[in-house]
Amino acid sequence: MKKVALILLLLLAGLFIYTSFDLPPTNDLNSPPAAHVSPRYIEMAHEETGAVNMVTAVLADYRGYDTLGETTVIFTAGISCLLILEARRKQKRNKRGGR
Amino acid sequence: MRERYGTTILDTAIRLLVPFYLLYAVYVLVHGHYSPGGGFQAGVTLAASILLVNMVQGDEVTWGVNKQTAVILASIGTFIYAGIGILALFWGGNFLDYGVLPLGEIEPKVRALGTLGIETGVTLGVMGTFIVIFNLLTGREE
Repeated sequence: MKKVALILLLLLAGLFIYTSFDLPPTNDLNSPPAAHVSPRYIEMAHEETGAVNMVTAVLADYRGYDTLGETTVIFTAGISCLLILEARRKQKRNKRGGR
Repeated sequence: MRERYGTTILDTAIRLLVPFYLLYAVYVLVHGHYSPGGGFQAGVTLAASILLVNMVQGDEVTWGVNKQTAVILASIGTFIYAGIGILALFWGGNFLDYGVLPLGEIEPKVRALGTLGIETGVTLGVMGTFIVIFNLLTGREE
């Protein structure tokens, strides 16, 4: 089972490396993100979102969905800590009470 | 079990500092449109000031934000964010498309207000989560 997983992982890694050759090179001004998305953000951020700070405009408005995910991740982390640590504490208390 | 760490010096120092921490947190939140800042940083600063008071002055001084309240605050914060997103659906926009909310202003301004709303949600969520984790890791066993 472990060998199958290893082979699958290697295949996946090979696939990723193979695909990465087709990515546009870094700092390529003609790549789609640099040619369309970035200029739109830089030119229109203030007019469209009313935010002078471009970072806020992108973070909270254009990519609000992403930030919603981030907030949910933090919230989930807190809830997981609560559940795990409280359960362990309760377990300890029960053990002590049983003896 | 957490005890009171404060001496007179520490106690006096935080009495002077914490109001400015709180003011700074609110500033970071509402000024996020104009300068670096936003919900995450404001939430952490708020949580830090409350935890500082909590550590220096002892367990019972929580300013009303104990573990239970913090969980509720974190949930409310996340709910505000998602709720504003869903609210936009009712006025014909996309999810998280604040521009359509009927606030009687031009669209960019409404968008800015929507951004402020979700940042407030983020602030509450981050603050609640940090206080919960800190209390869990350091709190006494009842």
